[in-house]
Amino acid sequence: MNIFFQTLSRDLRIALRNPSSVLNPLLFFIISVSLFPLAISPEATTLSQIAAGIIWVASMLAVLLSLNALFHHDFDNGVLEQMVTSHHPLALLILAKITAHWLLTGIPIILLSPLLGVFLFLDEQGIKVLMLTLLLATPSLSLIGSIGASLIVGIKNSGMLLSLLILPLYIPILIFASSAVSQAQFGLDINSQLYFLAMFLVLSLMSAPFVSALALKISLE
Amino acid sequence: MSSLVIDKLECQRGYSQLFTNLCFQVNAQEVVRITGTNGSGKTSLLKILAGINTQEQGCVTFDQNVVKSDAYQQEVFYLGHQAALSAELSSLENLEFLSALNQPVAREVLIQALEDIGLKGYADEPCANLSAGQKRRVILASLFISKAKVWLLDEPFTALDPKGIKIVESRIAQHCANGGLCLFTTHQDSALPNQRMIAL
Repeated sequence: MNIFFQTLSRDLRIALRNPSSVLNPLLFFIISVSLFPLAISPEATTLSQIAAGIIWVASMLAVLLSLNALFHHDFDNGVLEQMVTSHHPLALLILAKITAHWLLTGIPIILLSPLLGVFLFLDEQGIKVLMLTLLLATPSLSLIGSIGASLIVGIKNSGMLLSLLILPLYIPILIFASSAVSQAQFGLDINSQLYFLAMFLVLSLMSAPFVSALALKISLE
Repeated sequence: MSSLVIDKLECQRGYSQLFTNLCFQVNAQEVVRITGTNGSGKTSLLKILAGINTQEQGCVTFDQNVVKSDAYQQEVFYLGHQAALSAELSSLENLEFLSALNQPVAREVLIQALEDIGLKGYADEPCANLSAGQKRRVILASLFISKAKVWLLDEPFTALDPKGIKIVESRIAQHCANGGLCLFTTHQDSALPNQRMIAL
């Protein structure tokens, strides 16, 4: 278990010393959301209707943008080879890297979302549910994304391939999360959506590290 | 006595068959130098032995433990072409992580290992500022403090100055005297005594 925290703190330390790699996706998130009122309409009724969808799509794309770097540097400098030859389970090391990724992209997105919600005239109930869905689902985004990132690790210019591989798997999350927010705005019950997102999280938490470990081993050969 | 047994190994890269039916055994205290021309499969062989690549056929065991099993991987240290360092971290932080992947070691041991390999005063230097030879020395330091019995060294003398090469050679000799074994490749002359050659 010790190696988990060591890998986690190593990744966080690398990110803090190279902040642009962390800030880029977040900046993209803020900019893309704040452009919608300019392009569509600054009217409160229109914006509050589409707010949840906009924030969710933007956060999904921001996570996607940050995934390329998840294993890329460690592959280039040979650290991945050392991880594979280590006797520690590779899935545990990968889970640590995914956790670091979530702390650096998921958490900031969750913290920024109420601010952007206010920009888009989302009401209080909507903002609460938006944060809840983000909290439940951004870990799944990082987990599922790691599978794609480990499959493309040795391939040059693979950003396009990553989107093609990962976006279809993100779509159920997008549908249930944004429908939860818009239903909450009408005061409807959202338990079923939240249960689905929780189920998705448990499922990806149990499978993604192992699948990524297998995919990484294939990519390294 | 522990020994690394390679039995009927076959390896293929792309469409070319690098070697087939490769059998040999390396006993404790032995140094084996793998020779061959460029592209003859030296690195591929070491990567199979390290558990990174998968062989087409055959099996590799160390003390009855099969390659890729936890018990096997614990006994193996693989030194590849790359230095396995993150540019953002200092040499001490890099060494700390690399050794944690094998066996956690006390901080003082790590600092001492850096001094022994000739990196005194560089412990807190970011690895981006190190020269190629100094980077190699950091991963060599993690090799020297690891408890692994099997050393798989792919071009261990790359980028090292003559003094550095001397250090590596004496550590290999010392490791084998202590009951370890070592397989390495190099295109340089090596003055290691009693090295057995295996040609691919």
